[in-house]
Amino acid sequence: MPVTDKEVALSERIEAFLAELKRGGSGAGTLRGSGETARETTALLRRITGQAQWSSAGDLMEIIRKEGRRMMATQPSETTVGNMVRRVLKIIREEYARLRGSSEVTDQQESLHQLLTSGGLSEENFGQHFKDLRANVIEAINELLTELEATTDHIAMQALEHIHSNEVIMTIGRSRTVEAFLKDAALKRKFHVIVAECAPFCQGHEMATSLSEAGIETTVIADAAIFAVMSRVNKVIIGTQTVLANGGLRAVNGTHTLALAARHHSTPLIVCAPMFKLSPQFHNEEDTFHKFVSPHEVLPFTEGEILSKVNVYCPVFDYVPPELITLFISNIGGNAPSYTYRLMSELYHPEDHEL
Amino acid sequence: MADADETSKQAERNTNVGDGIAVKKQDIARAKNEGKELTKDEKQRLRKEKKQQKKNKKDDKGESEHENVPLPPSQAVVQCQSQKVCTSEKPAKSKAEQRAERRARQEADRAAKGKKGESAQQPPSGKSKAPPNELQPVVKRLPEHVQVDDPAAVRKLAKKLERQQIPVRSEYGYKVSLFSHLHQYSRKAPLTQQISIPSTVIHPYIVRLGLQYSQGIVAGSNARSIALLHAFQKVIQDYKTPPNEELSRDLVNKLKPYISYLNQCRPLSASMGNAIKYVKKEISNIPCLCKEEEAKKQLLSCIDNYIKEKITLAATTISAYAIEKISNGDVILVYGCSSLVNHILCDAFDKKRKFSVIVVDSRPRLEGREALRRLVKKGICCTYVLISAVSYILPEVSKVFLGAHALLANGYVMSRVGTSQIALVAKAYNVPVLVCCETYKFCERVQTDSFVSNELDDPDDLMVTRKGKIHLENWQDIRQLGLLNLVYDVTPPDFVDLVITDLGMIPCTSVPVVLRVKNVDQ
Repeated sequence: MPVTDKEVALSERIEAFLAELKRGGSGAGTLRGSGETARETTALLRRITGQAQWSSAGDLMEIIRKEGRRMMATQPSETTVGNMVRRVLKIIREEYARLRGSSEVTDQQESLHQLLTSGGLSEENFGQHFKDLRANVIEAINELLTELEATTDHIAMQALEHIHSNEVIMTIGRSRTVEAFLKDAALKRKFHVIVAECAPFCQGHEMATSLSEAGIETTVIADAAIFAVMSRVNKVIIGTQTVLANGGLRAVNGTHTLALAARHHSTPLIVCAPMFKLSPQFHNEEDTFHKFVSPHEVLPFTEGEILSKVNVYCPVFDYVPPELITLFISNIGGNAPSYTYRLMSELYHPEDHEL
Repeated sequence: MADADETSKQAERNTNVGDGIAVKKQDIARAKNEGKELTKDEKQRLRKEKKQQKKNKKDDKGESEHENVPLPPSQAVVQCQSQKVCTSEKPAKSKAEQRAERRARQEADRAAKGKKGESAQQPPSGKSKAPPNELQPVVKRLPEHVQVDDPAAVRKLAKKLERQQIPVRSEYGYKVSLFSHLHQYSRKAPLTQQISIPSTVIHPYIVRLGLQYSQGIVAGSNARSIALLHAFQKVIQDYKTPPNEELSRDLVNKLKPYISYLNQCRPLSASMGNAIKYVKKEISNIPCLCKEEEAKKQLLSCIDNYIKEKITLAATTISAYAIEKISNGDVILVYGCSSLVNHILCDAFDKKRKFSVIVVDSRPRLEGREALRRLVKKGICCTYVLISAVSYILPEVSKVFLGAHALLANGYVMSRVGTSQIALVAKAYNVPVLVCCETYKFCERVQTDSFVSNELDDPDDLMVTRKGKIHLENWQDIRQLGLLNLVYDVTPPDFVDLVITDLGMIPCTSVPVVLRVKNVDQ
């Protein structure tokens, strides 16, 4: 097949995106929020849908799966990439099913009868060609993009339902979602925020300056003081990097300690996470749960010769089990951690969990 | 009749005092500026003023005290005597007569002590100690350093410091509202900047010690106590009894301004408080006919014995107990730099136990690096993490060893901030937590949270440079932003599995038993 200019341009784009991902994850490039990554991934997938050569839904899904696997391998800790790929795959399945005329509900539900009669997997191989498939899929992806752009606002809109006046709220590190959440509530209510600085990256400092400039009473504490001040805290509101399939979290390190301290004092723990962070992974499923960065953040090279004699770890993420979480606030509303499995089945097709 | 005379004399004295106050203050200010000690007259006048205030307070409390505290008859007599002495005191009384009365009082006290076997009556500190076989309400005076939000207490402290010619340290920065009752100082403004050099009021060793405390050069409760006792030894060596004065009384008075000064530099720790109590008791127990050289020698050897017994030997004993708890193949987690825990680990390593250590550290003090250096120098295999990574590393840990700053009477462990967090996470992972603490750090206070009595360190320490930028650089300009740098926190006893002391291995809840035993011994 002759390689067209479009294809060359497309593969260049993909390469550029992969390079960005790799750099961003190691902390060398500009640190991007997961929202941005999600939007860029979706935009790239839309471009692939529009410009790549494919004739049937099956082909398209194969192409997207291939690219998706490449993207996920570049930066395994950036789970939003994989999530977006799975969302797009689900969109393709839905559009295909709609065009075929069969009702989506029966196809997707794996009833016991269906499992037994059809011998496991459905006999769909997505081979049929539909003219309108491309346009439909691109339209659906556009809808997805609009949804992604509005997630932070939808979450922030719910702020007043959860924060009353004169509260003391604790948070850790820096989350743009939580920042927007608190700033929205501060427009109408007066409350106090305690930010744990989250060493060694100390992103809590940026969060604190940003919140205090918005007029919120903020205090910065060291990580070691989390338990000491927890007795005066009314609510703990945090963001997270990923929401796992069992309702647990993969959040910035120090969050597990925060969750344990909140449980000890019976303080509710609220997680503000948009839906695109929900990932069908489980804890300990792959070796990619923990990510480590250079230990010189923890013990700098100026310490001298003891560096060669000690082991130094600098993990980036923490696992928080679902029993410690009280509530998830996402762009579609609030729900309990036990409901996560249901949300997942609405967002992703079970066959796509393993790309 | 007598009462009327008394009251009129009192009124006279008051007016005299009132007139002379302005003059006195000028004199005192002048003397302070010149760095000279107050003259005898000025000291006497200040003392009278103090007695006046105390008498007014005592008259109010006098009846209620007599009713609430059913003192034994001999002590009641002594109390009445002392009251009478106070009320009938005349300013023109000679020093010799005052001293004789005081001596008579002290002798009566000692006789009473011999009968009842309880500790000597302390100088009027507002504290009435309960004898061991009678449970009486203990009226304690609230320490000054937790009353910063009370303007009356602040004024009282300022007056006391002025009398002792110690400068007052000024507060720094915006204080978080939850902690407005505590002091917050800046390390960049040490107290010594306000003292004239050379200062003849404060012994130079004490000045140096205070500076070392406030700059964090001497840190850790054992180190601070030992440094304090050595400084006291120097003070005692250089001390010369002034004529017409008694060593046992004058030396104690000499030490008071030093203690205020050190308190201003950095609030005293529980271990330092116990050490000071011991030294004062030893000094006041010196028999009055003892020669100065002998007395000084005796005091110096007392202090040496205290250090040897309570700190050095205690560490050896605790180490011997703790080694039973360390088995081969253990992974031991330690937090920060506790001299006792380091000593235990080094001893265990010398006794050929095979174990590895994980050192957990926290900003902003980063004391764990010091512990890391010492252990690595010894040859122990170490890992180093920050406290936010503790839940990552804890599944590999078999035991947690923690040091303590003080053990409170309700079983709570007061230690460096972050200790309670480590104990919390260890409990969640079912890892045993062992606290190592000498008995001289046991304290009669009770506390349930880390707010009411704590220490606020310099808030500027929280600032950090990342990628060439300091985010919190202008935190003082932003009105709503506050930085909180706590020094201590309290760990509830249900997180602690065992406390290893020089008296043995006890549960956390047995601390008041130890305190009682100690009090009866002394």
